Amino acid sequence: MNEAFSRKNYLRDIPFPFCAGCGGTIVANCFLKAVHELGHQDLQNFVFCSGIGCSSWIPSPHFKADSLHTTHGRSIPVATGVKLMRPDLRVVVFGGDGDIVGIGLSHLVHAARRNLDITVIMVNNMIYGMTGGQVAATTPLKAKTTTTPYGGFERPLDAARLAVSAGACYAARWTTAHVNQLKEAMKKALITKGFGFVEVVSQCPTAYGRRVGFKNAGEMLLWLKKQSVTIEEAERLTEEELEEKIVVGEFVAKTSPTLTEMIRAVLKEARD
Amino acid sequence: MVKHLSSGMYFMQGSEALAEAAIVAGCRFFAGYPITPASEIAEHLAKRLPQVDGIMIQMEDEIASMASLIGASWAGAKVMTATSGPGFSLMQENIGYAFMTETPCVIVDVQRAGPSTGQATKCGQGDVMQARWGTHGDYAAIVVSPNSVQEMFDLTLHAFNLAEKYRTPVIVLADEVVAHMREQMFVPSLEKRKIVDRKKPKPGSESFFGGEEVPSMPSVGEGYNVTVTGSTHNEFGIRFTANPEVHRSLVTRLVKKVRNNAELLMDFEAFNVNDCEVGFVSFGCTSRAVYEAVEMAIDKGIKAGFIRLKTVWPFPERIVQAMTQKAKAIIVPEMNLGQVFFEVQRVVNGAADVIPVNKIGGGEMLTPEELFSEVERGVEKQ
Repeated sequence: MNEAFSRKNYLRDIPFPFCAGCGGTIVANCFLKAVHELGHQDLQNFVFCSGIGCSSWIPSPHFKADSLHTTHGRSIPVATGVKLMRPDLRVVVFGGDGDIVGIGLSHLVHAARRNLDITVIMVNNMIYGMTGGQVAATTPLKAKTTTTPYGGFERPLDAARLAVSAGACYAARWTTAHVNQLKEAMKKALITKGFGFVEVVSQCPTAYGRRVGFKNAGEMLLWLKKQSVTIEEAERLTEEELEEKIVVGEFVAKTSPTLTEMIRAVLKEARD
Repeated sequence: MVKHLSSGMYFMQGSEALAEAAIVAGCRFFAGYPITPASEIAEHLAKRLPQVDGIMIQMEDEIASMASLIGASWAGAKVMTATSGPGFSLMQENIGYAFMTETPCVIVDVQRAGPSTGQATKCGQGDVMQARWGTHGDYAAIVVSPNSVQEMFDLTLHAFNLAEKYRTPVIVLADEVVAHMREQMFVPSLEKRKIVDRKKPKPGSESFFGGEEVPSMPSVGEGYNVTVTGSTHNEFGIRFTANPEVHRSLVTRLVKKVRNNAELLMDFEAFNVNDCEVGFVSFGCTSRAVYEAVEMAIDKGIKAGFIRLKTVWPFPERIVQAMTQKAKAIIVPEMNLGQVFFEVQRVVNGAADVIPVNKIGGGEMLTPEELFSEVERGVEKQ
């Protein structure tokens, strides 16, 4: 029988440091609800790895669990070391778009390729928020940021689809305006045997929203909801129509032999 | 199944000896990326580690290699990576993270001729200062420097013990020559090998980043809810990004745990230090030519001596100072354009002439004859 959700089982008594209206706490909330609904009364079987950036502060030090708050972009290879030596533990990576598909992009690709059995939750706020709002690999084309004052000139990256093509067993994208779907996707990613990836498109009213014309976080959430189209709907739209859209849904859900399984098989062979 | 090397004599390559020492020390996780002249270490461990239930993984680059070491070390394993100059440069940020978070790990730098790609297959000794100061900020590094296949074994074993004892990265500063040469090596019996393991916390303990010089270290999955961060943190691992006292006390302790134990850590081979007219200070492959140059000098009736650094860092200051009691000239031969030279000059502080002898390019070593002629010149000056 699942006990009622109590934040005390999962969180230290340290307030989150996020700006008013930040999506970070929505992501934390959805994740802990997902964990709870999967029957985990605490986080004792989990190890959290994160890098540098606002969303890397979601687990560290707030989650009552083991956590490694690593260097910028390197949470996934740190998680690789943890998982290879302790395959019995659930390893979850939290990171922003800068961490996961900016500076640390190759690690995402290689972890998915290896089918490393971890879950990566990427909070995509479309900006380098902690450093004050510089353009990211995920910033919409033409958006004005502190380093693109005349508007951006680079196309954004589709992280969820990239994870699929690199070999992820589970990949989904939702926004902070889709809390139920997001929570369900996190549950699926967590129970996936193999590499699971959840991209959460999130609002950063401080470093992004106010510079592109949003008055507050609420406006941004409504915008996230309005811009979102499902994968099925997206198939009927032209490339031009899709330009400003956020395609949400489940991009892949499959099973395939995991890195820890493969490596343990090699160890057995070497010993025999 | 061969577990680890039994006691006896072996004829081995330096890289193999180093890899076998790692297994003896208890290393069960190695991550690396191909690079000349260090790849033999990864190749040997790819074969050997699975035989002892250890893991060798080739990562996507040296940054990821060093990062995965940190994860594996916090998962309770003894860990190592091996690289050369360009890869060592890429590892520096995470080496700094390992210093800051007190993560035991061994990093092998098989030096080649740099900077940049330089001459990838040719020997160099240009990473002495990088091994000490490669990452940003204040820290104190422990760096050992083998000069033979025997020492590739002995000092690697020692490096693991120091990493575990002091909860810190330890660098094995090897070079292309000692890594690739083959010679005889003696492996002591199991009982005679000292193996140090990290101090584990007592149940209920919460202070893993302070409170004592070298705090105890839990692993993930042991129920301690350990928070590891490269940001400034208090003894409980909680981040303090602005508090000046928390930063001062953490970083000062990290530096002091090496400085306060410097006398214990300093290791060297010394010959005729107190009674030489001309002395050498050398390390790594270059020191092998020094042995012969000193013999040539003694044969000619010149009182010559040497100090051979087994730990480059912390730098063995007192023995170098002791050499100046009699010696008027101290020769510092290196396969770089002057690195240990400046350290010797600092320590000697005018009490003797410090003469740099440098050779770079093509992996050409300084010869005993070249070094002997420097001895003669040193004697003439007096």
